[in-house]
Amino acid sequence: MAPNPLSTPSESACLSISADDVPALAAGAAIFGTGGGGAVHSSRRTVEWSLREHGPVDLVRVEDLTDEDTVIMMAGVGAPTVGIEMLSALSQPETLLREAEHFLGRPITVIMPAEIGGSNGVAPIGWASRLGVKVLDGDGMGRAFPEATMVAPNVAGVPCDFSIQCDVVGNVSIRKPVDLRWLERHSRATTVASGGITLAADYPLTAKTAQGAVIRGTVSRAIDVGRALLSSPEPVAAMAEKLDGDVLITGKITDVARRTGGGFVRGSVTVAGTGQDRGRLQRIELQNENLVVLEDGEVLVSVPDLITIVDAETGHAISTELLRFGQRVAILAWACDPLWRTDRGLQIAGPAAFGYEIPYTPFEQKSGVR
Amino acid sequence: MNVERDLSIGVDVGGTNTDAVILDRKGRVLASTKQPTTEDVVGGIRSGISRVLGDIGERRSEVSRVMLGTTHATNAIVARRGLSKVAMIRLGAPAATSWPPLIGWPDDLAAQVLAGAAMLGGGHMVDGTPITPLDRDGIRRFLDGLDGSYDTVAVCGIFSPSYPEQELEAESLIREHVGSDRLVFLSHDIGPTGLVERENATALNAALHGMARSVTRALLAVVEEEGLDAVTFFAQNDGTLMSIDYAEQFPVLTIGSGPANSIRGAAYLSGTENAIVIDVGGTTSDLGVLVGGFPRESTLPREIGGVQTNFRMPDILSVGIGGGTVVDVATGHVGPQSVGYRIDREGLLFGGSTPTLTDAAALSGSPVGGRSLPSLPKAMQTALAAALDVVTDRFEEAVERLSLGRVDLPLVVVGGGGFLVPKRLASAAEVLRPDHGGVANAVGAAISLAGGRADQMADLDDREAAIEAASRSAIAKAIQAGADPLEVSVVEVLETPVSYTARPAVNVSVKAAGPLAHLSAAVATSR
Repeated sequence: MAPNPLSTPSESACLSISADDVPALAAGAAIFGTGGGGAVHSSRRTVEWSLREHGPVDLVRVEDLTDEDTVIMMAGVGAPTVGIEMLSALSQPETLLREAEHFLGRPITVIMPAEIGGSNGVAPIGWASRLGVKVLDGDGMGRAFPEATMVAPNVAGVPCDFSIQCDVVGNVSIRKPVDLRWLERHSRATTVASGGITLAADYPLTAKTAQGAVIRGTVSRAIDVGRALLSSPEPVAAMAEKLDGDVLITGKITDVARRTGGGFVRGSVTVAGTGQDRGRLQRIELQNENLVVLEDGEVLVSVPDLITIVDAETGHAISTELLRFGQRVAILAWACDPLWRTDRGLQIAGPAAFGYEIPYTPFEQKSGVR
Repeated sequence: MNVERDLSIGVDVGGTNTDAVILDRKGRVLASTKQPTTEDVVGGIRSGISRVLGDIGERRSEVSRVMLGTTHATNAIVARRGLSKVAMIRLGAPAATSWPPLIGWPDDLAAQVLAGAAMLGGGHMVDGTPITPLDRDGIRRFLDGLDGSYDTVAVCGIFSPSYPEQELEAESLIREHVGSDRLVFLSHDIGPTGLVERENATALNAALHGMARSVTRALLAVVEEEGLDAVTFFAQNDGTLMSIDYAEQFPVLTIGSGPANSIRGAAYLSGTENAIVIDVGGTTSDLGVLVGGFPRESTLPREIGGVQTNFRMPDILSVGIGGGTVVDVATGHVGPQSVGYRIDREGLLFGGSTPTLTDAAALSGSPVGGRSLPSLPKAMQTALAAALDVVTDRFEEAVERLSLGRVDLPLVVVGGGGFLVPKRLASAAEVLRPDHGGVANAVGAAISLAGGRADQMADLDDREAAIEAASRSAIAKAIQAGADPLEVSVVEVLETPVSYTARPAVNVSVKAAGPLAHLSAAVATSR
């Protein structure tokens, strides 16, 4: 796992995020979205506004949590297309926090993004700023995933026995689910009843239970990657270096295919190499996120490792819905957190969990990639 | 004997020039002119109309329609001039309270435009369930509290494009309470889903109202001065027209009509309904796509004067290649710097010292401006020749991006720098260069249909009902814009799947258009 790139040599316990950091965070969160996660531009402007009004937010690392800290994981749940019209109520994050504190009988001092990929990696900074709490430098996924079961605390075996959900009108649901699958089922039903979009919080963690149960360093990492994207003259190469990853191919999209079935939008995109990559052809299999890259029938990278398609010139991430014929793109791939490579991690979010009958091989071990 | 009065004047105001044309019933160009755009805008329009009328002599009495594409609205917003004070009401609280109205606007624009904003109870969820009851008293109290310090009222309800009745009820309530001398503008008339962008567009529209009224009066005066017995229409951002009453009510819809006119005009002049159009100017080339006679639209957010909106406007790809683009002889780089309108002083062809693409074209033998190049050093000749290869590559790439893989579409070339486009491109079936390409946008304005658009989000199972409802609404809007009720029809149905929903859902967007009603009426009465 890469060391926290924002650490100063003196290993300060806290960093802070200000309004000026938000463009980099948003750009970086989009990169970690692996093609999904919801568009970042509206979270970005809300968070910038919150930080200007309420001041910067402290970022605290997992190892620096104290016994006074309680962390809770917070995320928006539902359809982004509803979310751009029925925006959230100002009071939702506070409602969640107060009701959770009341139930748990102790103050919540830290908020953690459920997924760093996409808008859910940006919005929590704004909530924390308004609530006067800290943000954990870490998240539940290290990327974006479509299912609530695909979170690090679940892999680590932390029991999910508390969950809270609220909607724009102020309805609050507190749950003690039997397990995550049941939670997902109830949470979806509530989201539909709430008009398609809700705010949810679960997995209250202490300094002790957070160890090994979160993907560490991802908020500062997203800011770092975003800075490389926004300020480097060669953004794609700069990001590959920051991520300790690879540019698999640079080329042009020559085919975009989508099929609906089984509740999933499955698709694939073909990239024909240009310049040094002329003559090469790679195919990306995708659903809401990019999942597998193949070349000459061989799997180069697969989920849970991260694959993001970016604009070859600007380096900005392109979501799966916006992929089009003729776009000049580069495919960035990099390693996931070791937690996802455990047996349990692969069972929950490996290729088989997405319907691909392929064995998982860590991408850095593939021939021809490094 | 009744003479058919079927001539149309099309006028398009551009950044540099105001173009005007006269078309006959068959779409033939009888006269055309380019006049400099004036600061007050009306002056250039007057010159353009006057000039083309002069060219057709006595036939001027046959002019029955004037179609206008203008930049008044954009200019007013960008320059922060002549804007009215708006009382902004958003319905749907407590939903959306995380982003108050106009929070993202540049300070100076908000200070000029906003009299006050309120987030009140009301609004709907995606399935039509009311969020909270409509806060009628809240509306009244808010307006009373502004103590008359506003000119217009803008109302934006959550999910109003799908459920417009509540905004209409708010309008009645407001009129009853404050009288009818202050106009009320409703967001569902102005934009699709996307709360912040639609609300912004509605506020901008309300702010443009005062200016809209004075512009329409000025233009009617020009038409009258010329002694024309003609009906005036305005071009909308999607390439359709609206009547003068509609334009006075929805001035914000005139923003961005230029590119749509250019694409439609270029394709019309070359006799195609499906084409890629490239307009090569001095500094950039703008490419667009025509599908079934209408410009393909982009739904990416648009910014006007620093404000985010979501107007449907043509999907334009801009490439930094134009007649004045500078060729760096040392590195071989082509642009993006350009000498722009200073080409006739700085280009090599005109005795200047800057190698430009115009010079490269002249060197390769294109007849440009009837002039010839001085003798050039070998290195420069090589660089200029190589530059044309770069230009071809960039155009090929751009055309390919827009064609989405099709290679059977023609490429229609217009604009002063059109000579830079080679005779053949691999990504297009053929390259067409129609006559009168220089005034393609004015032609586009003149041939436009009257149109309207409506959106509806629905479960996949209910898509037929959603398409029907949106169709009825789009047709009503087209008629309101001036289309002949007997001729109007649905011209486009777009369905976009909605992702991450519990049940499969779609967003349905319907466009209706038809020829203007006036012509049919004139035919009817001239028997």
